[in-house]
Order: sequence, then structure tokens, then C-alpha cells
Amino acid sequence: MITFKLNGRDVSIDVPEDTPLLWALRDDLDLTGTKFGCGVGQCGACTVLVGGRATRSCITPMSSIEGADITTIEGLDPQGQHPVQEAWKDIQVPQCGYCQSGQIMQAVSLLKDYPDPTDEEIDGVMGGSLCRCMTYVRIRKAIKKAAAALRAQTSGKETSHG
Amino acid sequence: METPFGAIHSSNITPDVETGIGTWSEAAFKRAMRLGVSREGEHLIPAFPYDHFTKMTDQDLSDLYAFLMTRPAVHLAPRPNELPFPLSLRIMQAGWKLMFFSPGAYKPDPSHDALWNRGAYLAEGNAHCGACHTPRNFMGAEKKGSQYDGAVVDNWIAPPLNEHNPTPTTWTEDELFQYLRFGVAPLHGPAGGPMSPVPHRFLSTVPEEDVHAIAHYYADVDHAAERSKHDAAALALAMEQSRAGLIGPNPDPDAKLYQGACAACHYNAAPAPVLGRPDLALNNALWLDEPTNLFQVMLHGLTAEEGQSGVAMPSFYNALSDADMARIAAYLRRTRTTLPPWTDLEKKAAAIRSTVQSSPVNSSH
Repeated sequence: MITFKLNGRDVSIDVPEDTPLLWALRDDLDLTGTKFGCGVGQCGACTVLVGGRATRSCITPMSSIEGADITTIEGLDPQGQHPVQEAWKDIQVPQCGYCQSGQIMQAVSLLKDYPDPTDEEIDGVMGGSLCRCMTYVRIRKAIKKAAAALRAQTSGKETSHG
Repeated sequence: METPFGAIHSSNITPDVETGIGTWSEAAFKRAMRLGVSREGEHLIPAFPYDHFTKMTDQDLSDLYAFLMTRPAVHLAPRPNELPFPLSLRIMQAGWKLMFFSPGAYKPDPSHDALWNRGAYLAEGNAHCGACHTPRNFMGAEKKGSQYDGAVVDNWIAPPLNEHNPTPTTWTEDELFQYLRFGVAPLHGPAGGPMSPVPHRFLSTVPEEDVHAIAHYYADVDHAAERSKHDAAALALAMEQSRAGLIGPNPDPDAKLYQGACAACHYNAAPAPVLGRPDLALNNALWLDEPTNLFQVMLHGLTAEEGQSGVAMPSFYNALSDADMARIAAYLRRTRTTLPPWTDLEKKAAAIRSTVQSSPVNSSH
């Protein structure tokens, strides 16, 4: 039995320890927003947050996430209105859409580390998230828009407290 | 415990009367800790590090005895050791002691302050750091002239703890404290492999002041005060190297492999690495004489309980072939260190892989 936190809820599931987190999410917990891409941690489609950090779920065994705090695309925001998701909609980033939940999770993680990312920082972090429709230009644009929205949120909070 | 002399199995130290130490008096226990002699009078094998425990104070030994004797008894006969003849004869251990063992409690060094002496006492005695981090001679004794030079343990390298530690930035008192207390040092990265339980199961549970003392002691052992004046320049260089091959078009296929598999988590930008993005240009794994630890971490990953708490590194056991691992290792060594290339990388990747009993993750594609 492996126990962890999933999108804010405590979850225990009985799966073999070497089961990839991706399979448990999709097949056992019915959270199919996270996608299977390459299966070898080389494309980013399966990215979820483990302890707030972008992690390739296809090669992360369940034994590794005992006690951890997992966030999937479904748990980012109750209404699907996380600033990164909003920016994605506004800019109409997806084409086929298959890689996009992974792209969004990686972008959320990027913006925690680099709240005002340069093009270089975006390339450095997002370079492992592949998109066969070549939506990269719109991804970059949406990240910058989301970054501005998140910064406005943060400074708004600071003002209201101040 | 795999040793060059054969497998040695740890003994039952619960208070079980038949298979543990239930019949041991406090005096017998103290004699074992101080002199390496069992209750029955047999010499103990020095895999039991009595050469360190001998330094413990009488009070600490009494406390330890009281703790052990109040644990639940477990009835379990230890498995026999696999030492070959004549090492299997306990009398052989007497000669070893004569050559390599000096008994006696820790004597404070008056040229250092109380914090240093507390750290030295804990590190040299109870915590017995040298048992892994000091190389051993052909008789299995720690080499006196090479204290803390680093050694191979359980197919990992226990890195040097002295001034021979090769990382570009120094293990300062603060870096050591963060690492030992929480399992991750901001500049040096997370504790992996056999080191991971040391912070997570041990040093995170002891008085914080004791961990400060150990960190204070090792910052002196590695001459941090003198060496750290180069840290700012080393950090700036590492941040420059961290982006190597990731920005703009790059025809190098090794850089592409690194970008796909590793860079999303390991890329960093100036001025300093983000906690949770262990920077490989600063990490022991790239700077040691062999790629052992780099390959171990690639194959195993890190669980949320290891290294930095709550975050995990995936297992690339099925994702990267020996050739892929060799290419990434060669690429990182040539772009992120100033050291000569590692040799026979594919063979070494296969050798480390063969020590992993089965893939940590059942991934397939």
C-alpha cells in the first residue's frame, strides 16, 4: 500500500512498488489529463508536480512517492483557471493538445523558480517538453503572459497586506 | 555488508536472551564497544567499528546500553559470516588489533574550542564517518595517512571529506549543516545512496546543536576558511556552464540527449542554483575520479524520502541504455568540469547497472 497526497487529498493505493506513477494516475485513479508520450522521460508529456517540482511520471516508480505531495493538471486549480491555464486559453496555445498538460505543469514549475523568466530560462527549463505541432512560440508567449499575471497577483497580495 | 573479505552479517543487538544481547551486562557491552571483545571473550570483527566507538564517553555508552536494553527483543539468529579461513578464526583478529587499533576515549584538543571538540567527538566516535569516508588498507583497516580521502562503499563513492574534496565550491559549515540536517545542500545537492539515511533517519533526529558541531568540525577538516575565497568565482563559472548546450541551436547529439533527459530539472541560471535544481557543474558526482555516483543516481533516481524531502528524481534504468548513460556522463564531464575525461564509460555504466538487482520502475514503451 502506497500513501501520498494527490491534488490535496490523501490517497492510498495497492499497486506494485515499481508501477510508474503515470499508470497509477491514469489506470487506477482515473486522472487521464496526464498523458503517456515516450515512456522514457524524454518528451515531458507525462509531467506532474511532485513536491511542487515538475517530474516525469512515466519513469517515477510508486515506491519513490510514498508520503509525497502530487499535483496533476486536474489539481492545479478547482475551476481550471490557474493563471498559466488562463494564459494558455487566451493565447490559444494548443494545436492537437496532447503534450499540453505536461507543458503547463512544467511551466507552472518554471514560474516558481523564475517568476520573470528570460527567453534563455524558458528554453533551459522547457527544452525537455516536446511539441510535435511546434507550438513553441505560443508556449513562450503564454508563459510570459502567465508570469505577468502571477506577479500582479503577488504584488496585489503584498499591497493588500501592506 | 559486502567486504573484500566476504559477506559479514550484522548481529542481533536487541535484548533477546538466546539470539541477541539479552544476557550482556553493561560492563560486557562497554567492553565490546571499547575493545571489540564479545561477552564470551571472542574478538569481534572490525566491520563492527569499535575502533570508533572506543572514543565514546562512559556516560554515552551507559545511555546507549539503556536504550538498547529497553527495545523489544527480537528472536532472530544472525546469519553466519562468509569470511574465508583463516580470517574466520577469531584469534586472527587479535593480530589486527595489535597493528591497527588504539583503544581509548576521545581526548579534547585544547587548541580548539568546545564546538569543534564536540563535533570531533561525535564525528570520530558515535557517528564513525571515517568508516565509509576513509580508504582502507589490504587488511581492512582505515589508512592512517589518508583520513577522509574518500572510498568506495556498497558500489558508491563516499567522497573525500578533507581538502581533497573536488567540488568547485567548498563544503562550508553552512553547506555541511544543511546537508547533514536536511539531506540537501543548496550548492552541492542532495544526499543519495547509502548516505541518504544519515540525515533522514539519524541527524535530523538529534539535537540541532550536535549537527552544527559536526558541520563546524568538517568545515575545519576540509579547510573551508582558506578554500572558500574562490567560491564566488567557481559559482559564477558553474552557472555559465549550466546553460552550456541548452540555448540556441546545438548540433551536438550528446547535448540533445542531456536536454531531453536531464536539463528540465538540472538547468540553472545565475546567480545561484534554485533549491530543487541540483546543479551538476557543482556536484561531487561529476568531479570524482569515477562516474560511479552519477550512474547510480541515473539508474535509481531518488525517492521522496531521500535527498531533498518530498521531491523525487525518476529512475532512468529503462530509459537510458549503457551507451546513453556513457554519452551523458562524457558530455557533462567535458562541458561542466575542468578534469580529464572518464574512461571506459559504457563498460562502467554496465558494471554499475549489474549491481542494481532489478529495474526500480516497470516502465516500457
